[in-house]
Amino acid sequence: MSYEFLQILWFILIAVLWIGFHFLEGFDFGVGMLLPFLGKTDIERRTIINTVGSVWDGNEVWLLTAGGATFAAFPHWYATMFSGFYLALFLLLVGLILRGISFEYRSKDAAPAWRNRFDWMIAIGSFLASLLLGAAFANLAKGQPIGADMNLVAPAWLPNNLGVTLSLLNPYGLLGGLTTVAVFLLHGANFLVLKLEGSLHTRAVEFSKKLWIGASVLYVLLGIYTYVAKFWANGKINPGVIPLAAVVMILLTGYFINKKMEGWAFISTALNIVLTQVTFFTMTFPNVMLSSLNPEWSLTVYNASSSQYTLTVMSVVALIFVPIVLAYQGWTYYMFRKRISTDKKTLVY
Amino acid sequence: MDPITLSRWQFALTTIYHWLFVPLTLGMGWYVAYFQTRYYQTKDETWRKMAKFWGKLFLINFAIGVVTGIVQEFQFGMNWSGYARYVGDIFGAPLAVEALLAFFMESTFLGIWIFGEGKVPEKVHLAAIWLAALGSNLSAVWILIANGFMQAPPAAAYVLNEANGRLELVNFFALIGNPKAWIFIWHTLADGLAMAAFLILAVSAYHLVRKQNLDFFKRSFQIGAVMGLVASTLVFLGGHTMGQYMKEVQPMKLAALEAMWETEQPASFSLLTIGDLTGKQEVWSIRIPYVMSFLACNNFSCEVQGVNDLQAEYQAKYGPGDYVPLMVVTYWTFRIMMSFGLIMMAASAWFLYNTRRKDYENSKWMKLVPFGALLLPYLANASGWILTEMGRQPWIVYGLLKVQDAVSPNLTVVDLWISLVGYTVLYGSLAVAMVYLMKKYAIAGPDAAMHESVDAAPAAVGADD
Repeated sequence: MSYEFLQILWFILIAVLWIGFHFLEGFDFGVGMLLPFLGKTDIERRTIINTVGSVWDGNEVWLLTAGGATFAAFPHWYATMFSGFYLALFLLLVGLILRGISFEYRSKDAAPAWRNRFDWMIAIGSFLASLLLGAAFANLAKGQPIGADMNLVAPAWLPNNLGVTLSLLNPYGLLGGLTTVAVFLLHGANFLVLKLEGSLHTRAVEFSKKLWIGASVLYVLLGIYTYVAKFWANGKINPGVIPLAAVVMILLTGYFINKKMEGWAFISTALNIVLTQVTFFTMTFPNVMLSSLNPEWSLTVYNASSSQYTLTVMSVVALIFVPIVLAYQGWTYYMFRKRISTDKKTLVY
Repeated sequence: MDPITLSRWQFALTTIYHWLFVPLTLGMGWYVAYFQTRYYQTKDETWRKMAKFWGKLFLINFAIGVVTGIVQEFQFGMNWSGYARYVGDIFGAPLAVEALLAFFMESTFLGIWIFGEGKVPEKVHLAAIWLAALGSNLSAVWILIANGFMQAPPAAAYVLNEANGRLELVNFFALIGNPKAWIFIWHTLADGLAMAAFLILAVSAYHLVRKQNLDFFKRSFQIGAVMGLVASTLVFLGGHTMGQYMKEVQPMKLAALEAMWETEQPASFSLLTIGDLTGKQEVWSIRIPYVMSFLACNNFSCEVQGVNDLQAEYQAKYGPGDYVPLMVVTYWTFRIMMSFGLIMMAASAWFLYNTRRKDYENSKWMKLVPFGALLLPYLANASGWILTEMGRQPWIVYGLLKVQDAVSPNLTVVDLWISLVGYTVLYGSLAVAMVYLMKKYAIAGPDAAMHESVDAAPAAVGADD
């Protein structure tokens, strides 16, 4: 296998990991954000948590694997992005920690105040993580002030990482963040519609109808902004009709929700998320991090990658273990495919 | 403080904290799996309760290890981007394999174990806990392979690429076959088993003193005593082997943990050494002859190099600089780790010897066990890890890259104070919640653990808010 082939292969594999992460953790972030609003009693909230209880941790491992694979295959990408987005990633970690610990601890004490606090931490942690991920990806599409030494240059008005983090919240970054939050909320609501019964189910349907409006409007705005600002032309490949297909998918979701085609509604939003990521990685290639200061300073799959030997070893490892992981993770979803009822006797705490 | 010092404090804080929870996760998974297997074989209700009760404590502890673990993976890039660029070609691979091979396994099967009881076949439920335990231990294996490279990079594994100025992997099997890593793995996985055994001993003793659930806790105590002895002996043997390997690959760390300034043959072992205020010179010490030679080479006559000779040697080899770790730390953490480890061995032998008597729970010393059996392993664990990492200074990769060249160049003092204070507050609050729950579930005992929340007594399951 040639060096260039391996570099492109690993770019695609990392893209696949991010796609999987957004698709899977997207709905459990959504479920997390909806938790305190959709669940009125303790039993209802526990029921909502249990729709993702057995899988959220496995979903999050997609993020860890994306991080690890980036480190192994593109050390410069990992080093530049993680040090450059330092405080934003710190906040992302805070969000993930609050969320993760709350899933495990919220039912370990019966005091209503204790449970309520942890439920809100799940919601806030999920919100924070979604917002920051969306803002980070939008800013990656837009380009970052990467200097000749591959490090991010902080803005003159606040010359440290706080400045970098605040400048991530430019209009495009903010729009990307809010759109991600809205789409994940919709994705979570669609997932809950599939997993809940009775009055919770009815409420989840109502939520998904309202959330669809917000998600579609924001998504279309993000698409127009990206098109007009020509962010799609930064790389070598024109994403073509892929973003249009993503727009169609989110619009179709509304049709499916109204026609009570619950499975299709879930699939169409999921496809919107997948196609959005495909668009991102297509329009970025061969850059992995675009420099807004000088295109020469951009990190690409060629100048940021590991050696041919390391990429070969990693390819063999991935070839063996990725199918195994996909098989048993898929099998878990199959085993826990039933709807979750609020029946106290069957509810796992 | 400068950015390097702040990044080092943050790494120390987050790593030591993470390491407070991980050994228990590593060890307890195996015990819970064993208890559940015994129940599966015998249908004896006590085994089922043991799996449930110790499983609850396992889960409360597990959650913190998981959420703080994400920070560990991210901060190599966040705080140490110089390091990530220089050795990412080598160090990234075991981390990626860890995620792919171990994290998926651990999280997926633990999810099945927690939520699958009664929903999946009993055999599948049993397999799930074994696979979850295996997954966490595999993750330790891979991160220790990565750490082994930082401690003692095997020469066959890497080359310096002159063109791009970084280290590159040339032999993956030399990387994963690194003897230093495997001694670490032995020492660490056995340490997990010892840690969990001592938690079992501590909690069991608490209830035995109060004459609660005697059958349940006597069985637990007995298993804790046997495994405490076996595991802490394995930890000791692993540590002893490490000492001898350290002489070959990290002689400075060996000299520093002994506070041995001058080369000796045969070398004596320090019982107590007082250095001057600069920490660079010995003022006074009590020493046992020959013992250090035994620790370092398994005989009573070998030469062990002292700090001063090594410093001169390193200066000649690597250029001017201070190559001596902070000796007051290496010296005392080594002593805490080793002496506490030895006490753990002796104590578990003593417990085991006493369990022959029927009424050992009435012994006076039992009252000390809940406190002592927790204090010893936690302090020994933290000391061991501090020794390992501080003894490596000033290197981040021994002999190849210094810590000062590894830190992210774009981070300022402001950034690091924000994250350091943030982590401290967050981790502190997590610890409060964790200790509160651990204590509550440990004290509530096995009958309560059969219900979902110990507050919800059988009559009033599920208190609605």
